[in-house]
Amino acid sequence: MNQLTQERAPIYEALERFRRMRVVPFDVPGHKRGRGNPELAALLGEACVQMDVNSMKPLDNLCHPVSVIRDAEILAAEAFGAAHAFLMVGGTTSAVQSMVLSVVARGDKIILPRNVHRSVMGALVLCGAQPVYVNPACDSRLGIPLGMEVEDVARAIRENPDAKAVLVNNPTYYGICSDLRSIVRLAHENGMLCLADEAHGTHFYFGEDLPVPAMAAGADMAAVSMHKSGGSLTQSSLLLAGPAMREGHVRQIINLTQTTSASYLLLSSLDISRRNLALRGKASFARVIELAEYARREINAIGGYYAYSRELINGDSIFDFDVTKLSVHTLDIGLAGIEVYDLLRDEYDIQIEFGDLGNILAYISIGDRERDIERLVGALAEIRRRFGGDKTGLMEQEYIDPEVAVSPQQAFYADHESLPLGQTAGRVCSEFVMCYPPGIPILAPGERITEKILDYIQYAKEKGCSMTGPEDAGIERLNVLKGV
Amino acid sequence: MDFWFSEAHTANVKLSIRIDRQLYSGKSEFQRIDVFDSPEFGRFLTLDGYMMLTEKDEFIYHEMITHVPMAVHPKVRDVLVIGAGDGGVVRELTRYASIEHIDMVEIDPLVVEVCKKYLPQTACRFDDPRLSIHYEDGLKFVRHCEDAYDLIIVDSTDPFGPGEGLFTREFYGNCFKALRADGIMVNQHESPFYDADAVAMQRAHKRIVESFPISRVYQAHIPTYPSGHWLFGFASKQYHPLRDLNETAWNLLGLKCRYYTTTLHKGAFYLPAYVEELLKDVEA
Repeated sequence: MNQLTQERAPIYEALERFRRMRVVPFDVPGHKRGRGNPELAALLGEACVQMDVNSMKPLDNLCHPVSVIRDAEILAAEAFGAAHAFLMVGGTTSAVQSMVLSVVARGDKIILPRNVHRSVMGALVLCGAQPVYVNPACDSRLGIPLGMEVEDVARAIRENPDAKAVLVNNPTYYGICSDLRSIVRLAHENGMLCLADEAHGTHFYFGEDLPVPAMAAGADMAAVSMHKSGGSLTQSSLLLAGPAMREGHVRQIINLTQTTSASYLLLSSLDISRRNLALRGKASFARVIELAEYARREINAIGGYYAYSRELINGDSIFDFDVTKLSVHTLDIGLAGIEVYDLLRDEYDIQIEFGDLGNILAYISIGDRERDIERLVGALAEIRRRFGGDKTGLMEQEYIDPEVAVSPQQAFYADHESLPLGQTAGRVCSEFVMCYPPGIPILAPGERITEKILDYIQYAKEKGCSMTGPEDAGIERLNVLKGV
Repeated sequence: MDFWFSEAHTANVKLSIRIDRQLYSGKSEFQRIDVFDSPEFGRFLTLDGYMMLTEKDEFIYHEMITHVPMAVHPKVRDVLVIGAGDGGVVRELTRYASIEHIDMVEIDPLVVEVCKKYLPQTACRFDDPRLSIHYEDGLKFVRHCEDAYDLIIVDSTDPFGPGEGLFTREFYGNCFKALRADGIMVNQHESPFYDADAVAMQRAHKRIVESFPISRVYQAHIPTYPSGHWLFGFASKQYHPLRDLNETAWNLLGLKCRYYTTTLHKGAFYLPAYVEELLKDVEA
C-alpha cells in the first residue's frame, strides 16, 4: 500500500484522508469549506470547495515539500523521465520563468529563437539576462515561424561562447519541432545548458510516434503545460529538471515568485492527471492522433484549406511535427485565420485555440469526441461555401527579424514616453506587443519599431486579432525609450 | 406488480406509463436502447430513457413529418432521411410511387436491428428496393452531398446526446447545399412549452432561418412527448408550405392517413400567439 507506484496519487489520497477526519478549520481559506460563501459552493460544488484547503502537516507544503507533495513530485519525475519534477501552480508562465531564472542572471547571455512565448521575455526583464536570437526559419507558403536550424544554433554558440544556455520550443504552438537532440549535444559540448519550453508538448512523454520529449533528448530543464494536453486544471503545470540541475537551487528560484498558498485543487489535478497519463496515456494519445489525422484528411478533402502535417518535415527547421496539432492554413479560401476563428465561434458555436493571419489551430485532446470533430469539419466546409473568396488583399504573414537595441530589462525600466502608434517608427519600444493567443511577441522591450512592424500591427488589429501587451489597452499608443 | 416507466419532462414534471413487460434492453456505442410493452400505448422505444415512439401515437409524428412536405413539393424523386432508425418515416415515404430513391442515414445500427425485431409496426419497409441505409454520422454524410435531394427529413433525437450535431448551423447549411434548387428540409423541431425545450426550439429555428430563405414552423399534438405540443420545421429554397400546397394533387393519390389531411396541413401552420412570439424573437 505504501509503495510509491504510478497507480498512486499521494496528494489526492491525502485530501481524501483529510476530508474523512472532519477537521474543524480555524485557518484560511476563510470560506471554511464553502460555508461562508454559499453561492460559490453552489457554483463549484461541495466536493470542490471542501478540497480548497491550506497547507498543513497532513497535506504538506509546496514551498518546502517533505511528504505527500514530495511523493507526488517523485512520481511525476519518474513518469516524465526527469531527475526531478516540480509541481507548479502559477501556470506554465511561472514554470518557464523559473526555468530561465534558474540558469541565467544579470548580464548572462541566453540563446533562443525569437518566436518564444512572452513568459521567456518576461523572465529576461526580471533577471536582466541578454537574449541572443536565432532567427527561426519561416515557411513562405504558410507564413509560420519554424524551428531553429542546427547550423544557426551552432553559429550563435560560436559567436557567443560565453552564453549560459540555449532555449528551444518543443514544439512551437503550430506543432513544429527543432532537432532537439542535436541542439542539446551542441549546447553541452560548449558547456551550456539546454532548456525546453514544452508548453505544447506534454503528450510527447506518453504517446507513441510523437517527437522526442526534452528529458529523453537530454535537456536540462523543461516547462511542461500539464493543463494543455495533460488534462489537469488550468494554471497547473510542471517544471522538469535533469541530473545537472541542483534541486534545492531550482526550488529557491521557484519560491521567489510562486505563491505560498498553493491551491490543492491545482495540485491534486496535477497528481491525478499524472497518474492518468502514466497508466493510460499511450492509448489516450493514440486516439487523439487518430482523431487529428481523421480531421486533417477530411479538412484537406474540403478543398482550399491546408491542414498540414509530417509532409513538411525537412530534416532541420522542421525536424519533426506533432501530429496531434490540427493546424490549418486558410488563406487559399480567401479568409485570414483570425476571420475563420471568429466565424467558427460567432456562426457555429465552435471555439478553437487560435487564429493568426494565415492559420487556425484547433486543439485536439483526450476530451474530444468524434461527433464534435464532425461539427468542426462541417462548419469549415460551410465557411468555405458561404464566406470563401479569393485571397487578394490578404496579408501573407511573415517573420520579421527583430533589431535588439537594448536588453529587455534595460528597456522595460528605462525612461520612456508614450507616442501615437504612427509616430513610433525608428524608436525603441519599451513594452511588449503581441496577439493573444499565441502570445508570441511582435515587439519585445528593447526592440526597434519599424514601418513593417507597424503595418503588421495595424492589419492584425483590423482583422480582429486580440492584441495585448502595451500599457495603452487600445494599442493606439506605444511606450518608447526617451532620447534613443 | 406495480411496474412503471417514467420520463422527467422537466425537473418537476414527469410522465409515467404502466409497463406490462420489458422486451429489450441494450447499450450500443452511442446510447442505451429499451423497448417496453404497455397496456395503454402498446410497445414503445426509448433511447437513453427518452421516449422515441409508442405504437399508439407514432402515426401522428410520422405522418406529419412526411406528408406535409410531400403535399407541397410537386415532384419528389430523391429523399434523404437523417435518423429515423425506427422505420416510421421510411414507411410513410414508401407509400409514394413517385419517389425513386431514399437514403436513410442512421448513426446507430443497433436501433434499426432492435426496431426490426420488436417494432414491426414502424420497421416494416426496410426491404423496399428504393431504400439505401447508411450507418454513419448524419452531419458527415450530408457534408459530402451537393444538389442531390428534393427532400431532406431530419428525424432526430433531442439536441443533447448523439443528436446534438443535427441542431447546428453547420448541419442546416450542409443540408441547404445538399438540396436541389427547389428542395425542402423538414425537421423535428422540439416543443415550445417547457423552458428548456423552448430554448432548444428557438436555437434550432434561428439557425434554420439563417440558412434557408423560407422557414416556417408547424405543429402537432403528440401525447407522449413533453407537454404533448410538438413542432416541426419546414425550411425551403423555393416552395411556400401554404401557397404551394397542392391539395387536389395530394388527395388524388388516395393515401389514407389517420392524422394528416390537407385541411389540417393548413391549420398546422397557425400557431399559438406565444409560439409565434418565441419564433419572432429569433428571426430578427
